[in-house]
Amino acid sequence: MFDELRDLYQEVIFDHNRNPRNFRVIENADRKVEGFNPLCGDRLTLFLQMDGDRITDASFQGSGCAISTASVSLMTEIVKGKTEQEAEELFKKFHEMTTGKDEQINLEAVGKLAVLAGVREYPARVKCATLAWHTLDAALKNEQKSISTE
Amino acid sequence: QKPQAVIDSIVHLYSHDYANVHRGVHTLSVRSTDRFEGARTKVKDFINAASEKEIIFVRGATEAINLVAQSYGKSNIKAGDEILITAMEHHSNIVPWQIFCQQTGAVLKVAPINLQGELIYDEFEKLLSDKTRLVSVVHMSNALGTINPVKKMIAAAHAKGIPVLLDGAQAIPHMTVDMQDLDCDFYAFSGHKLYAPTGIGVLYGKQALLEAMPPYQGGGDMIRKVTFAETEYNVLPYRFEAGTPAIAEVVGLGVAIDYLNTIGMDKIAAYEADLLDYATEKARQIKGLRIIGEAKQKGAILSFVLDKIHPHDIGTMLDSLGIAVRAGHHCAMPVMDFFKVPATARASFAMYNTKEEIDVLMNGIESLIEVFG
Repeated sequence: MFDELRDLYQEVIFDHNRNPRNFRVIENADRKVEGFNPLCGDRLTLFLQMDGDRITDASFQGSGCAISTASVSLMTEIVKGKTEQEAEELFKKFHEMTTGKDEQINLEAVGKLAVLAGVREYPARVKCATLAWHTLDAALKNEQKSISTE
Repeated sequence: QKPQAVIDSIVHLYSHDYANVHRGVHTLSVRSTDRFEGARTKVKDFINAASEKEIIFVRGATEAINLVAQSYGKSNIKAGDEILITAMEHHSNIVPWQIFCQQTGAVLKVAPINLQGELIYDEFEKLLSDKTRLVSVVHMSNALGTINPVKKMIAAAHAKGIPVLLDGAQAIPHMTVDMQDLDCDFYAFSGHKLYAPTGIGVLYGKQALLEAMPPYQGGGDMIRKVTFAETEYNVLPYRFEAGTPAIAEVVGLGVAIDYLNTIGMDKIAAYEADLLDYATEKARQIKGLRIIGEAKQKGAILSFVLDKIHPHDIGTMLDSLGIAVRAGHHCAMPVMDFFKVPATARASFAMYNTKEEIDVLMNGIESLIEVFG
């Protein structure tokens, strides 16, 4: 059963959903932004610790569907140690990958995030995958308002 | 998808009988008007209203409620007055009242529900105060399936001189709905749940109430005479039907009602009750599944959550098996908040579903629990 969903619900997704990485609070975080999709119920709080323009630590709290949880978990792993600019670059590539603007997706450029490439075939779920990244974008730009991808 | 007869009636209208209604003297206009007004009579008979004057065509239950809020409300409900709804309402029976209260200074009161998703009747009764000017409640909850004891509620409200509006969008496709028997003052429903087209619905109102209400929208058809000095409004029901109506949609609604009448609403209700029992029995055996909404009086709706699996994931996975459930807040966010869930997955059964399909649903749920394990 569910064979055709294999390209969306890959084992890595299940793994990150069951055991989300960096699922904790950062006390006195440099950046703290909320992401919330009220229509579907995904919500997260993203914490970032910065050293100059470099992200030294990233974590999150919140709850949501498997896609959104896996996406934020993978994101916090991959952005640690990156500069703001590098993180923004990844955001752009992730956005292109999931919204299908680029016919030829360069999966190598996004590394482990490639597991979420399948979401572009499920337009109703794209916002679940991108919520984490839009929230990161707001955090990096030091915006205070709550973010939504709906 | 929609019954073939409904689809055919729309195609037929647009191919052979189409013209604007009420306005023309030519053959096609007469044919079109006959079909349109014929459908109004079908609706009147379907809900056992006293007269066609009490059947107003609107876009759906949502517009019907907005119409009552703005027209009946503005002329009868003032600052400090109260409007009573329940905690299980659909947004369409919450937001129009919130907007109205903001505009007028009236106060919105909410009767509570219990963990089975039932109205706490005693608390409802206590909230019928001498300031209450309208009770507006759902007949059958779309999120929980709960059927409210509306006759009892209407009797209690009427004893205090308070009129009652029922939101019948979920109820009307699944049970016999009789305006004389219920004695409600307003009844709102949509065509789309009734196997009819979207974009059409009905507001039923007791004639005496409608006669006293000011127009909702101005324009053609709802007038008798227009001059720049003054304008005279039309009689019921046209006074509340401004502009060219959704003619084909109305015709489609009439045909959908014909279709249901050939089966019989009581038969449908009994069949669906059986489906609900079967599905509930199976659902109760699935470990990790929690049913949301277990009222003793319930329509054929099974709203549920799974441990640690978000309704959106449930929805996507069941979709891959060819099963369409609604996953989300069902336009009833306060209900979700009450049960402390972000959303539920909802299987809504209808007369075309079978026990075999329920088996596929339950097997699918069990499999996806395993896969997420």
